[in-house]
Amino acid sequence: MAGGRVVKGIRFQGLRDVGDPVELGAAYSDAGADELVFLDVKATLEERATLVGLVTHVAGRLAIPFTVGGGVRSAADGEELLAAGADKVAVNSAALERPELVTELASRLGSQAVVVAIDAERGRVRSRAGTTETGRDAVEWAREAEAHGAGEILLTSIDADGTRAGYDLELTAAVAAAVNVPVIASGGAGNARHVAEALGVAQAALLASILHENPERLALLRDELRALGVAVRA
Amino acid sequence: MRVAICGYGAGNVRSVEIAFRRLGAEIVEDVHGADLAVLPGVGSARAAMAGLRARGHDVALRERFAAERPILGICLGLQLALEETEEDGGVPGLGLLPGRAVRLQEGRVPRMGWAEVGERGAFYFAHSYTAVTPCATAWSEGVVAEARAGSFLGCQFHPEKSGTLGARYLEEASSLSRV
Repeated sequence: MAGGRVVKGIRFQGLRDVGDPVELGAAYSDAGADELVFLDVKATLEERATLVGLVTHVAGRLAIPFTVGGGVRSAADGEELLAAGADKVAVNSAALERPELVTELASRLGSQAVVVAIDAERGRVRSRAGTTETGRDAVEWAREAEAHGAGEILLTSIDADGTRAGYDLELTAAVAAAVNVPVIASGGAGNARHVAEALGVAQAALLASILHENPERLALLRDELRALGVAVRA
Repeated sequence: MRVAICGYGAGNVRSVEIAFRRLGAEIVEDVHGADLAVLPGVGSARAAMAGLRARGHDVALRERFAAERPILGICLGLQLALEETEEDGGVPGLGLLPGRAVRLQEGRVPRMGWAEVGERGAFYFAHSYTAVTPCATAWSEGVVAEARAGSFLGCQFHPEKSGTLGARYLEEASSLSRV
């Protein structure tokens, strides 16, 4: 999300407006999504107020878990999002700058409410919506984030993002093997087979591009996953 | 129906409120007078217990239990109703039902995601500790999913986050208050 709208690009570039977050969120919940994730990629100060307002609206329409990230720099920021109706808070750049933030959030909100989002390019972590190199190894950072109290790792492959060519299975498997908390694979979903592959190495798979243009596709995708032998809830 | 949610200054009580409002319930402050008292479950045990005490909810819940008035504990709310939890170095619970909460030993922790509860279908779980109690009435993948004692009903999963099945569960929990 950016500017109160849902946006999507390819490899974090060329963000296009793809819809209204409240409408899309409700549509996904109704279509059988297991969980909803909002990540605000701009996350400026003005943007945060917009985000909290949106979270309040979306939460009122949902009966599934709701993760929200964007501009969380303190435990108080995290509490504000939870009070607005989020169930989990995702942190990315601020945690890279100050890993203790993860510990502070975990002790206030519980580890189960703290998701550390990692954006990786060729196995290296990038921060600030992919614009800044950190020089860190994604697997190492995942391990450190877990040690600081992360309850989940949301791993996005910048290389695969928006390409619809399949998830980065190698990196996802390496991160999943390095940590004992659940790992959510993100970036590259193009079809049900890709999702099934991702669920073979990670505990959850995130979808964005392929659904945003047609939210009803989620119901079809769930049937296709079932046909591939993936356990999908009724 | 009037539902009191025993908040403790942390965690997401809003989703519990939203879920009950959808069922037509009125959210009230008065724990004694409500038809159903809910002990929600997000956060860490020590902070939650301190928050309950600071608001007098610990006393109110024990009195409700003694008077056999319905209480629903969700996730940490179930664990706090036990005699003790080993979270945060050991925290005494409300002791509404026998047993203790222990850290999950198997699989990835926290245990997050949708999982089958007996034959009832899939519900959403997010927990690092689990109840060990003789009062268990349902299991999920080997962990206690539900426990009952007297007028207390506790679930380890989050019905307020478990879609239509979860809504039906809350409706059934609410109906306990009309018996």
